[in-house]
Amino acid sequence: MTLRKLFTAGLIGTAVLASTAQAEVRDIRIGVDVPYEPMEYRTPDGELTGFDIDLGNALCAEVGIQCEWVVQGWDGIIPGLMARKYDAIMSSMTINDERREQVLFSDPYFTPPSAWFAPTDLEMGNPDVESLEGLTIGVQRGTLQDNYVTDLYGDVADVSRYATADDLVLDMDSGRVDIGFLDYPVGKSTLLDSEAGDYKVVGEQITEPKEYFGDGFGIAFRQRDEDLAKAFNEALATLKDNGTYEEIHAKYFAE
Amino acid sequence: MIDLHGYGPRLLEGALVTIELAVLSLILAIGLGLLTASAKMSRNWVAHRLGTLYTTIIRGVPDLVLMMLLFFGGQIGINMVTDWLFDRFGIDIFINVNEFVAGVLTIGLIFGAYMGETFRGAFLAVDSGQIEAGRAYGMSHALVFRRIRFPQMMRHALPGLSNNWMVLLKTTALVSVIGLSDMVRVAAEASKATREPFLFMIIVAVIYLLIASVSEWFFARLQKRYDVGFGGHD
Amino acid sequence: MDSLLASIEALLADNTIFTLDTLSYYGEGLTTTVQLVFLSLIVGLIAAVPLAIGRGSKRRWIKMPIFFYTYVFRGTPLLVQLYLIYYGVVFVEGIQDTWLWVLLEKPFFPALVAFSLNTAAYTTEIFHGAIKATPRGEIEAARAYGMRYSLMMRRIVLPSAFRRALPAYGNEVIFMLHASAIASVVTIMDLTGAARFVYARYYAPFDAFLFVAAIYLCLTFAILYLFRYLEKRLLAHLKPASG
Repeated sequence: MTLRKLFTAGLIGTAVLASTAQAEVRDIRIGVDVPYEPMEYRTPDGELTGFDIDLGNALCAEVGIQCEWVVQGWDGIIPGLMARKYDAIMSSMTINDERREQVLFSDPYFTPPSAWFAPTDLEMGNPDVESLEGLTIGVQRGTLQDNYVTDLYGDVADVSRYATADDLVLDMDSGRVDIGFLDYPVGKSTLLDSEAGDYKVVGEQITEPKEYFGDGFGIAFRQRDEDLAKAFNEALATLKDNGTYEEIHAKYFAE
Repeated sequence: MIDLHGYGPRLLEGALVTIELAVLSLILAIGLGLLTASAKMSRNWVAHRLGTLYTTIIRGVPDLVLMMLLFFGGQIGINMVTDWLFDRFGIDIFINVNEFVAGVLTIGLIFGAYMGETFRGAFLAVDSGQIEAGRAYGMSHALVFRRIRFPQMMRHALPGLSNNWMVLLKTTALVSVIGLSDMVRVAAEASKATREPFLFMIIVAVIYLLIASVSEWFFARLQKRYDVGFGGHD
Repeated sequence: MDSLLASIEALLADNTIFTLDTLSYYGEGLTTTVQLVFLSLIVGLIAAVPLAIGRGSKRRWIKMPIFFYTYVFRGTPLLVQLYLIYYGVVFVEGIQDTWLWVLLEKPFFPALVAFSLNTAAYTTEIFHGAIKATPRGEIEAARAYGMRYSLMMRRIVLPSAFRRALPAYGNEVIFMLHASAIASVVTIMDLTGAARFVYARYYAPFDAFLFVAAIYLCLTFAILYLFRYLEKRLLAHLKPASG
């Protein structure tokens, strides 16, 4: 963003925008937290990319609307939706009951497990209360991984909470964090692939209990935007049928 | 421009964001400060109390907490008002506060309280004999303010003003925490990506020192101007 | 104690955000904040005394480095200093294998170092100003008594300077308390860290941050009254006799 753009955006931002209250689906803005590779991140020249971005753009095209991406830090992402800074969240957000009270979810569009990641030299079986005792566990603040680790291991281990996945990776590199708990595809991309040989997955991939791990990633809308959610659900079904979904999936999750 | 692993231009942009943010916040803070100072010196009981409440609360809570409160809660608060307007009067408006504006408003609001104290002290320091002399010459209240109180007040306020500006400048770094791309945030991102924290953070530190040094020089000149007729000493 | 807990629990029964659990986060955060601020103030205070004396030295090679140090640390944001120390030390080759890493591994110690260096710089300037403002008469009187430089410093200059520095130092203490909020940026669960955690978990910015703001406000008032009391006790002799 150039400075002038930022500046005028700031001035226009304060101006009063009239919004028409019509039922039909209109152009929307989508909130996303970057970087969360490979789900959403920036190329070196600043362009947004990733599975969510590609799928989101395809969905918008299918619905027949223009979508604009708005970058927002994770810990403010749901309040930002409520505050109407954008109209939807498509940012690897897991559908669970706690969030359902706040937002309206689309059908799940992707279901990744979570997993423990640690430096290769850490010797540990399946992580549990005993083996994690006294260790420093890194998570991203306000994620379901944060809730899970805090509730299950908060009493025996040190939980370090980071604003972004990148901050967490940096402290894992430096040795400040003993073991990290992340969405599997993110850990795979940022730790296993980009620093090959230094990290490994510890124990099983985790998808239970549903109370924490929910039903996969969904697009979040405000409760009252039911039409919007319906339009996206239909578009998602179409993309799954015509092979577009498979194409995008293959692009980011090739084994 | 030095390339700095490709982050040079963004860092420069970030520096400009920092400067703009600081200058606009300063302007807002000075306005609020003058308002607060007059409220606190006012004989109106309500104005006096409001002014005191404002300065006490702002100066008792960390900048970062206020920033998060206003930044995360501010939009929700504004929406509550607009929702109420809609329910009540059917007026459908939506006011979007972006990060930059929120940053300016928050920092301006915080430093308005500090400026208020500075201005109040400075107004009180103006010799009341001078004001009486002005009145005796038949000057109106407004004229006394413009010709006597304000210029003299500025002379007393300048050291505090310059001090507040220096603190304000450094406070802008906090907006990086709430997501605005000022130079500290760019540097933090760059150091994580390139694994060279020393390089980027030291550049940022040097830019801050540079701005601070230029401001010091500027305020010294300003002080000289307002000190005219006082033999140059304070 | 149990009955107290029970009554608190009853009070919180209808509250989804302020449960005993989240309150304990705030409680631990309070402890961490107080520890962090108190320790860095102590370290800063101890370092500032010799630095302030050196800052007023006539020898350039003593005076200039100290001036440079205070200029840099007062001229740059504490956040930048914290980033430099927290992330910077990691990139010192082989530091993970030295005993220092035991300290630097946790975020508390790097933050303590950054805060101490910062407050030491401000405190040095405060003391330096207070020492410079020592009335000539006091120094001349000490000289007339034949006091050596060190004795004069210890008995006359420093005690009177400390008293004069008290109001400014009180501000520095409050400033440090407020500045410590950025510790949450490097994962420390201080008061602000607790508020950010509660906010992220319950999406309730008003509740989470208003509550923590109230705690900071109370702490600020406590410090304010402590220093007012100290000023009354220690600066009584500077008041006009009639007052």
